[in-house]
Amino acid sequence: MTVNTDGLSAQQIAQAVIDRKLSALDATEAALARIVARDSVLNSFTDITADRARATAKAIDAKIDAGQNAGPLAGVPFAVKNLFDVKGLATRAGSKINRDLALSSRDATLIERMEAAGAVLIGALNMGEYAYDFTGENVHDGPSRNPHDPTRMSGGSSGGSGSAVGGALVPIALGSDTNGSIRVPSSFCGVFGLKPTYGRLSRARSFPFVASLDHLGPFARHVSDLALAYDAMQGADADDAACSTRPVEPVTSVLAEGIDGLRVAVAGGYFQQNVFPEAVEAVSRVAKALDAKTTVEIPEAARARAAAYVITTTEGASLHLDRLRKRPNDFDPAVRDRLIAGAMVPAPLVDRAQKFRRWYRAKVLELFKSVDVIIAPATPCVAPKLGQVNFVLDGVELPVRANIGIHTQPISFIGLPVVAVPVPLEPMPIGVQIIAAPWREDIALRVAHALEQMGVAAAPPPRGLSRGL
Amino acid sequence: MTVEKSLDSYIDAVATALSLPVEEAWRPAVRANLEVSLRLARLIDEFPLPDETEPASIYTA
Repeated sequence: MTVNTDGLSAQQIAQAVIDRKLSALDATEAALARIVARDSVLNSFTDITADRARATAKAIDAKIDAGQNAGPLAGVPFAVKNLFDVKGLATRAGSKINRDLALSSRDATLIERMEAAGAVLIGALNMGEYAYDFTGENVHDGPSRNPHDPTRMSGGSSGGSGSAVGGALVPIALGSDTNGSIRVPSSFCGVFGLKPTYGRLSRARSFPFVASLDHLGPFARHVSDLALAYDAMQGADADDAACSTRPVEPVTSVLAEGIDGLRVAVAGGYFQQNVFPEAVEAVSRVAKALDAKTTVEIPEAARARAAAYVITTTEGASLHLDRLRKRPNDFDPAVRDRLIAGAMVPAPLVDRAQKFRRWYRAKVLELFKSVDVIIAPATPCVAPKLGQVNFVLDGVELPVRANIGIHTQPISFIGLPVVAVPVPLEPMPIGVQIIAAPWREDIALRVAHALEQMGVAAAPPPRGLSRGL
Repeated sequence: MTVEKSLDSYIDAVATALSLPVEEAWRPAVRANLEVSLRLARLIDEFPLPDETEPASIYTA
């Protein structure tokens, strides 16, 4: 058992474990050793479940020794944003307050499904408080850091997920995305991220933020790994009211079908405004590779972003109302003040935002009659410096936090599936959104796979770890 | 009454109605956040929608 797992994809690890060239326990120990060696810089993990991971790995090795099928993710280490319930841990959701919750008695559905496929949970990951964040900073746990430059943001709110996968600590991590919280860290950390269709993956036993908009999904360094994790996690779940009863639609087997015949367009108007040259360059490279010559206007995207903002701040306030009353000083003050303001938005405006959502959904779905894929920036810029408050764009100073998610919010607002693909620009990567019609994750993943095969999209090796702080 | 004072009065009234604490030190940030929310909400408010439009709070893509 001398296989070095550094740099191996999840698919390669699973194959080596199944072929008995590598034990699941050795793969687990290697991941734990990487965390010890590198996470003092990245600060991506908040909990390491080493004992549990070793026990799970031994059970997988025993299965293989007994000639049983250990699953397509046999021995693959993975980690989850710390808003997923992990049996025996309090689900902190990036907060101080939740550390007082009872310990979880059962894992989140998606953890159960990943482990049923042979994966090995090795820990929980840093995140912005209560997921109300685009930066990856956290006042209680410190920021998770960018694996390509630790002085920069990992992106939020699934910052630890982006950092851990971008830093190659684990090949797969899970996160959540309400307004961009998978796609933003994917962009900043230079990894692939899948935000599936709203309702596709169960959110059962994860700490919520905005029920109308919350999604869960995977991060990985390769599209095939993203697909493996996604396939393992699909399926109906009565424990999540929004989870679809659609049958499982596996994508791993269709990735290599290619992109011939797919109609690809670039999002125009709103999506070409307020972008730095890096984002323009990344979209241009992807458009050229996909031979996308047409532009589509997503109607009323600015209003869609506004409606997503209103629904987010008000549903978030509703969720935390009692905590705001009883423990206001235990919140990150910036999160607290946003939530208190959210509690004060008049109800008719929230209702109108939900009605607008219905209108907007119908208009955007019309676009998908003439195109299969829309490409757009994932973020307007590469990862800003930690603590950076403003950036200057076209001579205008703009607040960083408020503008990081402007291109992701109008897409998740109506639950469209998106793969964020990393374009490995120097010195920092940046992501592009590959957007498909509802329930067509297969198309977005096929396009992402083709871009990876062409070398246009790739998760670059972590360049910031040797530099330290 | 200035817009700022008017919004402060509104914040006080809603805070009382909802039993929400708003310490004086937090007020500028709460007000600033509320101003952003109301500005963005106006974009929705001013957009004409048919009376029959259903909300999408339980949403199916």
